[in-house]
Amino acid sequence: MAFSGWRVLKEGLTGNKGWAPHWRDAAPKDEYDVVIIGGGGHGLSTAYYLAKNHGISNVAVLEKGYLGGGNVGRNTTIVRANYFLPGNSEFYSHSLKLWEGLEDDLNYNVMMSQRGQISLFHSDGQRDAAIRRGNSIRNQGDDAELLSRDDVKRHLPYLDYDQARFPIYGALLQRRAGTARHDAVAWGFARGASDRGVDLIQNCEVTGIDVEGGVVKGVQTSRGAIKAKKVAIIVAGRSSQVAAMAGMRLPIESHILQAFVTEGLKPCIDHVVSFGMGHFYISQSDKGGLVFGGDLDMYSSYAARGNLPLVEHVMEAGMTLMPMIGKAKVLRSWGGIMDMSPDGSPIIDKTQTQGLYLNCGWCYGGFKAVPGSGYSTAHLIATDTPHTPAARYRLDRFFTGRGLMDEEGTGSQHNLH
Amino acid sequence: MRITCPICGERDRREFYYQGAAVALDRPEADAEPEAWVDYVHVRDNPCGMTRDLWYHEHCGSWVVVTRNTATHEVIETALASDIKEQGA
Repeated sequence: MAFSGWRVLKEGLTGNKGWAPHWRDAAPKDEYDVVIIGGGGHGLSTAYYLAKNHGISNVAVLEKGYLGGGNVGRNTTIVRANYFLPGNSEFYSHSLKLWEGLEDDLNYNVMMSQRGQISLFHSDGQRDAAIRRGNSIRNQGDDAELLSRDDVKRHLPYLDYDQARFPIYGALLQRRAGTARHDAVAWGFARGASDRGVDLIQNCEVTGIDVEGGVVKGVQTSRGAIKAKKVAIIVAGRSSQVAAMAGMRLPIESHILQAFVTEGLKPCIDHVVSFGMGHFYISQSDKGGLVFGGDLDMYSSYAARGNLPLVEHVMEAGMTLMPMIGKAKVLRSWGGIMDMSPDGSPIIDKTQTQGLYLNCGWCYGGFKAVPGSGYSTAHLIATDTPHTPAARYRLDRFFTGRGLMDEEGTGSQHNLH
Repeated sequence: MRITCPICGERDRREFYYQGAAVALDRPEADAEPEAWVDYVHVRDNPCGMTRDLWYHEHCGSWVVVTRNTATHEVIETALASDIKEQGA
C-alpha cells in the first residue's frame, strides 16, 4: 500500500475504508538468518537496511513491549549533524543525509522539518569554540553559520539578551537541522522492513542468548527458542542486562533524561533553540506544544521518570532564556533510560562472540542517529566489516584507550557526560 | 529522592553529588593488570534493581555509600565510605 496525496484524497472521499495495518504482526519462526533484539528506532532501521541494502530479509525483530515504545517514542525529536570530532562528524553527517531522503525512501511522512537549530554562546571564549566547531562541520561538508548577537535577535526576538549570568553573544546556526515526527520514524521503518519480509514480533522478551563454543546459536524468548546465525543487541537503556545474557559486561551506565511538553500554543518558536549553558533546549511541535528538555538527572536509574530538582532546574533555565514561555502550562513530563558510555560516543561493533553484534551507548543523542545507525549496523552484520562512517564506534576503545571520542572534552569517565 | 547522610541525617538530594558506582572503593593497585583498570574506569555492572553508589555530601564534605534501587529510586541504606573502607566490605 503506497501513500500519496492522491491516495489521501481518495480515501478522504470514500470514508477512509481502504487503509490497512502498516505492518504484519508476525509470529516467531524457528530459525532466522538474523535476529535483532529490540524493536526501537535503531533496531527497526537496522532491519530495514538489512533487507533493502543487503537483500537479507530472513530477519526477525524481537520486541519485549510494542514497536517504538522505548526511547524512539519518548525523545525530543531533534535531528542535527553538528558534531566536531572525527568519527562523530562523518557519522552524523551521513545520518542527516539519510534523514533528508527518508520520506521518499520509506514512502512515509516522517514530518521531517529542517527548521534550523540555533546553539547560543555567551562569551568570547565560547564564540571561538563555536567558530572552530562550525569550521569542523563545514569541513565535513555540512552547513554551519555563525550568527552575531544582532543576527540572533532577528531570528529569536523573544530571548532575554542581557541576563546577568549568560548574556547572549551570538549563536551557531545549522539550517539543515530540525525535527521529525519520532513515532512516524519508527512506524515508517517498521512498515518498510515488514514489506520486505522482515518479521516484526512484539510482546516477545528475550530471556537468554545461546552461545556454543564462542559462536552465537540463537535466543531464548518468552515465545520459545529461536535459532539464528547472527544476533544483534540493539536495546539502548537495557544494553547491560541483555549483554549479560551473553556473558558480557559493558562500559555503560543507564541514566534518566527528562523531557517536557506544554499545552498547544500558536506558532511562536520557529527553530530548535539550544541553550547549552543552561542545559536547556526547546522546539515547538506541529501540534503547537513546546517540547523541551534539560540535562540528565545525573544518577544511574531505570525508573523512566525523574526527580523534581531537575524539573525545577529545567523550568528555571527556560524562564531565564525566554521569559515569554512563563505562562505556558506544562502538560506532560517523562523520562527515558539513556545508555551512557564513558566518552559520550556510541558503540557499533562485533563482540567476542562470533555472530553477536552490539549497538548501544547512544547517550542522549540516539534519535538523530536512527537512520545512520541502522544503515551502519546492517552493513556490519551483512559484511562483517565496519561501515566507514561508523568505523570508529569500536567497543575495544574502552579496553585499549585508543580512539576514545570525548566530544564534550570532559574526560572518558562515567558520570561526566 | 532524599538521602540520609550518616552525619547530618535525612537531607534533600540536591545537597549531594552523585560520584558513580561504588567500585571507587576498590581502586586497583598501581601495578595491577590493565584489565583491572579497564574494569575500574569503564566497565560497570549497571544493575536494574539494587545498586551501591557513591555520593558526596556538599554540606559536610562526607562521602556516602548509598544502597538503593535503580528501578524505584528507593534508598535502602547509607553509610560513610570511610567506615565501609575500614571494614573492607
